[in-house]
Amino acid sequence: MTKKTKSLNLNFGPQHPAAHGVLRLILELDGEVVEKADPHIGLLHRGTEKLIEQKTYTQALPYFDRLDYVAPMNQEHAFALAAEKLLDIEVPIRAKYIRVIFCEIGRILSHILNVTTQALDVGALTPSLWGFEERETLMTFYERASGSRLHANYFRTGGVHQDIPLKLIDDIEKFCKSFPKIIDDLEGLLTDNRIFKQRNVEIGIVTKQEALDHSFSGVMLRGSGVPWDLRRSQPYEIYKDLDFKIPVGKNGDCYDRYLCRIEEMRESVKIILQCIEKLPKGPVKSIDGKISPPNRDDLKQSMEALIHHFKLFTEGYRVPKGDVYTAVEAPKGEFGVYLISDGSNKPYRCKIRAPGFSHLQAMDYLIRGHMLADVPAVLGSLDIVFGEVDR
Amino acid sequence: MKSLIDIEKLINSELAAKIQNSFIKNSELTIEINENDLIEVIQFLKSNERCKFRQLIDIAGVDYPDSEKRFQLVYLLLSHQNNIRIKVSTQFQLNQIINSITKIFSSANWMEREVFDMYGIKFKNHPDLRRILTDYGFKGHPLRKDFPLTGFNEVRYSEKEKKVIYEPVKLEQNYRNFDFESPWEGTNYLKKIKNLEKHDKKN
Repeated sequence: MTKKTKSLNLNFGPQHPAAHGVLRLILELDGEVVEKADPHIGLLHRGTEKLIEQKTYTQALPYFDRLDYVAPMNQEHAFALAAEKLLDIEVPIRAKYIRVIFCEIGRILSHILNVTTQALDVGALTPSLWGFEERETLMTFYERASGSRLHANYFRTGGVHQDIPLKLIDDIEKFCKSFPKIIDDLEGLLTDNRIFKQRNVEIGIVTKQEALDHSFSGVMLRGSGVPWDLRRSQPYEIYKDLDFKIPVGKNGDCYDRYLCRIEEMRESVKIILQCIEKLPKGPVKSIDGKISPPNRDDLKQSMEALIHHFKLFTEGYRVPKGDVYTAVEAPKGEFGVYLISDGSNKPYRCKIRAPGFSHLQAMDYLIRGHMLADVPAVLGSLDIVFGEVDR
Repeated sequence: MKSLIDIEKLINSELAAKIQNSFIKNSELTIEINENDLIEVIQFLKSNERCKFRQLIDIAGVDYPDSEKRFQLVYLLLSHQNNIRIKVSTQFQLNQIINSITKIFSSANWMEREVFDMYGIKFKNHPDLRRILTDYGFKGHPLRKDFPLTGFNEVRYSEKEKKVIYEPVKLEQNYRNFDFESPWEGTNYLKKIKNLEKHDKKN
């Protein structure tokens, strides 16, 4: 006699601590084995793309902080690059270095959060306590440069908003000297940890071919053994002149992706140190007065500066007709902005390509046949932030 | 490693009849095609040994309400081997149904759902064409230019009914869209226009 079994539908989220935000995952279970996963997203949809169409280019920039809010400046970078490409303006070399420093800080910020919360998801509490202390230090760097810890709004078309304070560079350097030790400590807790390995090794395996088919990018792609990093293959800013390695995984499982992230943090530290060493003096924003606003001193002295200031903060600048796609290697993968300008002071269309969107799409493929308890582990290693998935 | 020009030539010679226009602008390659040829062109770009556009980066919808062909779809593809990106653009009218490319790229699934959600463009042979980003039971397509920024409905928790309810949007003040644009002396591109005008007057 055969027993008839019925699969169980389980609602995972939207309020679940391991869902890393507001994800509603509808799971079809056979016992403890997942048969199908249907992610429902959009619970954090704020219509960013629609809002950007209503704002001038300067006003549109802060929306990018609110996409992937654990590494805000990397997002701003993509938009600033897109506008610069359309305007065809040159960014001063010092600004490029400052941008790279803060992008790499963003990468460390994001990877610390991901690695430690993934450990939290599989049962290790301590890494997150250690990691978040470092994140706090990094966010004070953000604050000292831009005035706010999270929503920096620091990168502007043609450069960065302001030069960094004098002592900040020394403090970043000090941090870079001490941080590798912290990574060692984190690794000591996790890398050879029996429980951590049991939960991650050979979980959520992605083959090379599948990774390409599912539009994966960033660590999700490199974890599967595809050596593809936009900083190396399509270098922007000054990445060409920097010496860094691209860690590549072998098996494409959660554990390899964790190892990639750890190594990327070490590489980021190296990049920051190189930038600090090479950091040249000079202006930090484009000298074209029709695009970057005048500095405070000139405002008090020069009529022309005053007019420019007024015009730039009301009308903004106009961007020539055309469309461009620019992408940066954000911590989570390829973050791209497809910008269409109609020649006015507002973008006609701004499509945001968020890496997490395609990663989460593959959830069904990744989790099928795994146990229910693997769902948080896989979700954690996808590095999902709902700000960017839902936009 | 091939250059953009080589790829452009190759595509034009192999797909001659299907390419309406192709150009390189801002060092980016764009090809314009008829919406009926979409599947063949994308399939060619993916499987051709010399193109190898193996990754679909994104699908972007654009709305031009004043144009006869109202909607545009831009497919962004990337070739890892050649390290080249390409944009495949197609324009078509309202209510036209587009072929889904989910069979070629499985990642197109959600991207097409997003375009459907935001613009109301329907895709043929899509396995699961549901809304994706907007609320359950949402009406309208928010990224269309004629959709108001403030939307039509707002939600709030009703103490009386003990649940979240939908109401028509009530604004204390109308949304104000200031038009700051003025014929202010702009950067080079405006100077160019001015120069042209001067030139015209002389003639």
